[in-house]
Amino acid sequence: MGLLIALIALVLIGVVAVIVGAPLRRARGARDVAFAPERDELEAAREAKYREIRDAQLDYRTGKLSREDYEAIDAQLRAEAIAILDQLERLTSKDA
Amino acid sequence: MNPSRKRTVRLVVALSTAVLLASALVYTSFSAASPALTPSELVRQAQPGRSYQLTGTVVAGSVHRSGAVLDFSVQDRAGGTSVPLSYTGTVPDPFRAGREVIVTVQKQGSSFVGERNSLITKCPSKYTTAPPSENQNV
Amino acid sequence: MAGLGFACLLLALAVCAYGIGASLYGVRSGRVEFSESGRRAVYALAGILTVAFLVLELAFLRNDFAFNTVADTSSRTTPLLYRAAAVWSSQEGSLLLWAWLLSLWSSLALFLTRKRLRDVAAYATAILLGFGGFFVSLMVFYANPFATTHPAPPEGVGLDPLLRFPTMMIHPPMLYSGYTLCTIPLAFGMGALLARRVDADWIKAIRRFSFAAWLFLGCGILLGARWSYSELGWGGYWGWDAVENASLMPWLTGTAFLHSLMIQEKRGMLKVWNVSLVLATGTLAIMGTFLVRSGILNSIHAFGGATLGVPFVVLIAALLAGSTYLVVSRREMLRSEHRLDSLLSRESIFLANNLVLVGLCFVILWGTYFPLISEAFTGHEASVGPPWFDRYTVPLALILVLLSGIGPVIAWRRMTLASARRNLLIPSCCALLALVVLLGTGVAGDKSLATAMFCCAAFVLGSIGQEFFRGTRVRRALAGEAAPLALVALVRRNRRRYGGYVVHLGIAVLFVGVAASSSFQHASELGLSPGQSTRVGAYTVRYVRPTATLTPKYDAAHTGSTLSLGAVLDVTKSGHHVSTLYPSEGFYASEEASQGSVGSLIAGQPVSHVAMDAGITRDVWSAIAPDIEAPALQRIVQIGNKTLPPEDALVALAALARAYLQHPPVAQFHFIVSPLVMWIWLGGLIVVGGALIAIWPAPSVVRRRVAVRSRVRAARGLARA
Repeated sequence: MGLLIALIALVLIGVVAVIVGAPLRRARGARDVAFAPERDELEAAREAKYREIRDAQLDYRTGKLSREDYEAIDAQLRAEAIAILDQLERLTSKDA
Repeated sequence: MNPSRKRTVRLVVALSTAVLLASALVYTSFSAASPALTPSELVRQAQPGRSYQLTGTVVAGSVHRSGAVLDFSVQDRAGGTSVPLSYTGTVPDPFRAGREVIVTVQKQGSSFVGERNSLITKCPSKYTTAPPSENQNV
Repeated sequence: MAGLGFACLLLALAVCAYGIGASLYGVRSGRVEFSESGRRAVYALAGILTVAFLVLELAFLRNDFAFNTVADTSSRTTPLLYRAAAVWSSQEGSLLLWAWLLSLWSSLALFLTRKRLRDVAAYATAILLGFGGFFVSLMVFYANPFATTHPAPPEGVGLDPLLRFPTMMIHPPMLYSGYTLCTIPLAFGMGALLARRVDADWIKAIRRFSFAAWLFLGCGILLGARWSYSELGWGGYWGWDAVENASLMPWLTGTAFLHSLMIQEKRGMLKVWNVSLVLATGTLAIMGTFLVRSGILNSIHAFGGATLGVPFVVLIAALLAGSTYLVVSRREMLRSEHRLDSLLSRESIFLANNLVLVGLCFVILWGTYFPLISEAFTGHEASVGPPWFDRYTVPLALILVLLSGIGPVIAWRRMTLASARRNLLIPSCCALLALVVLLGTGVAGDKSLATAMFCCAAFVLGSIGQEFFRGTRVRRALAGEAAPLALVALVRRNRRRYGGYVVHLGIAVLFVGVAASSSFQHASELGLSPGQSTRVGAYTVRYVRPTATLTPKYDAAHTGSTLSLGAVLDVTKSGHHVSTLYPSEGFYASEEASQGSVGSLIAGQPVSHVAMDAGITRDVWSAIAPDIEAPALQRIVQIGNKTLPPEDALVALAALARAYLQHPPVAQFHFIVSPLVMWIWLGGLIVVGGALIAIWPAPSVVRRRVAVRSRVRAARGLARA
């Protein structure tokens, strides 16, 4: 019984070592090209901005915003969205 | 009033309200609290008309029920002074001689009366993911 | 087998240590393979702890009494279902459950963020492994679930009968999932501060985890309340007990966070506030875990295991110090980008909501820890009771419900007063209508707080109804669909908003249930003999006849009791039969030989089995405390003790049961008629439904990544969204 337990424990240790050590064996010092924090950040900001624009639209259509308020807010949001899209473009063309 | 001053005013008003409410809270907690006493402390300090939280162990052999009233004595955890009291109300399942209890009492004359439904029995000393206490506050 | 379990714990400790080192090295040096390895250490931890948990679970199922925890909390006569759940009824087992759930949820969170937030995730990995390591160390050094005794005792003590209820299976894992899920936003919050990245990407990730934590914690709290009400003998669902409060506090700050996060997302404001909330929620969750296991609050749940108090205090102190340091040192990067546009805006309603929620949390925190506070300041320990809690939480709850009705009809950024008046008209009319009805039918009476809550709930109903109606109308105008289809499409395309509205509705329903069941309850406690009856509210309850059941196999609740004494109750209203109730009290065996051969069969913890007729408009609740101490019955026990050996002791119990049926002594009954209790559970279900709608990933047509190369395409994309 004690032998069986020791065997299982050893197997466990082995499996853990393999799983945990895999990245270390695979990529020795290779830089991770897929990691692009600025682009992730801009894409998240873009999605959030789209959502804001839709929210403002829904607010206006369900009668919470007056026309003037809506147009002002919508224009502002779209300008902010365009700014984000511009930044994204610059980033992707830089990578391309 | 320019926007920045408006903001400062709002902030000051909000903070003052918070401080005021917090003070009310703190004050009432100290005045509304029932002091927790052991039987020996209770015998010494209890004044009639005030509520106290009595904590101690139920004395073996002291538990008697007559109709809706349960009579039992509570003793210091380390033994010693025991205080007899009469209690009306729901008795929690874990209640028995030897268990630790908390009951809100008032001194009436020369005896102690337990407040209705205020009896709490601590779960046995072994850890359990025990449910909320058998606290009756109906 | 126990050796394997303990070896797993040691391996887990090693993996935690390695993972912390690898993640930190990886993120500081930029060597991604080490961060990756650190993340896999979390996966490995989950695997190891799964093995450990299985070892323990198997020990319980196989009745391996060599394991101390099995011997202490299980027995051959404990039913299978409860033996499986007994794993987490002990200090050691529950620590293992906590650590295991933490590793599982952390693995999921890190798997979901494996392609983004690399630097933040690396720090978060280190912090989560730190928590894991802490709990595993507690098990290795203080409370080992795999400790054994040789030779193994032949029989165990058995699961405490108070815990032999089905909810016992679900409540702790659900609650612990809530607690452990709260540590994930904490870790990602600290990670973001350490990596100096508190931005849109982080917000997206942390919202999901916080929502999951909020959902599980909320379910855990509701399940606990339901357990207390339907299965414990006191008939209440909330007692402002320290343990209940400990789980409610992180839920309140979590709710505040979910709202104020939206403000940060839209306006870049409240960054310091949000980060503080996230850190506070995690810390409160750890404090909640700690409260149950230490002796610090002497009043109610002073369990053993006082040795665990010190490590926890150290952990919490470290969390508080670390959080404070991080927020203060990063305050430049946490500056607000904008200011509040107008007081009449959804942002400012959310701010108000945050203040109320944090205020509630503070009240509960103060009241819960008051014994310690008073001891520190006055030298005497004193505690505050439910009336004090109620005095402050009820008004705050009223304001909260009201705000949850105002928020949906206010626009983001700013709104004109005229617009606001127009939108608040219908909800206000609903509230007024409710008030008129309540006053007119005399229901209101002197229950002003309950009436106020009903009116606030009517307000919320009006507000949410108006939102759904208007939204559907807009959708129909745009797409020409039939109303039901339009409604579904509306919700599908605006999940967060409408899911949130459903949650608000659920909360309003829940509070109506709470208000009604607290203020309009009728209760009665008295002794009855068979044939006698009593009035409770509008109902008449008659004690028809006693019941007595014997042996573990046949007890009504299948909980393994040796003897069960109860009653048959007939409930009628205005002469019409409503229901028949069968409350009983179960008596269990104990190991105390001093009680005698017969006495020990029933000397264990007695447990009340509540009988209830639950309905949509009211619950009729009953509990019985049979007088087993009656002289006639005790005489039988004593005679049995003197004359019967243990193997024949059941004969005496059969005689006792017969005697009870023939000459039942007066039994103490507790009856409660509470209106609308069912609404509490229904409200909870609605909240869960709304939460699921809100977190469900949006259909791909909305999230389709628009490959943008020109502004024109962008403008078209925006119009289509």
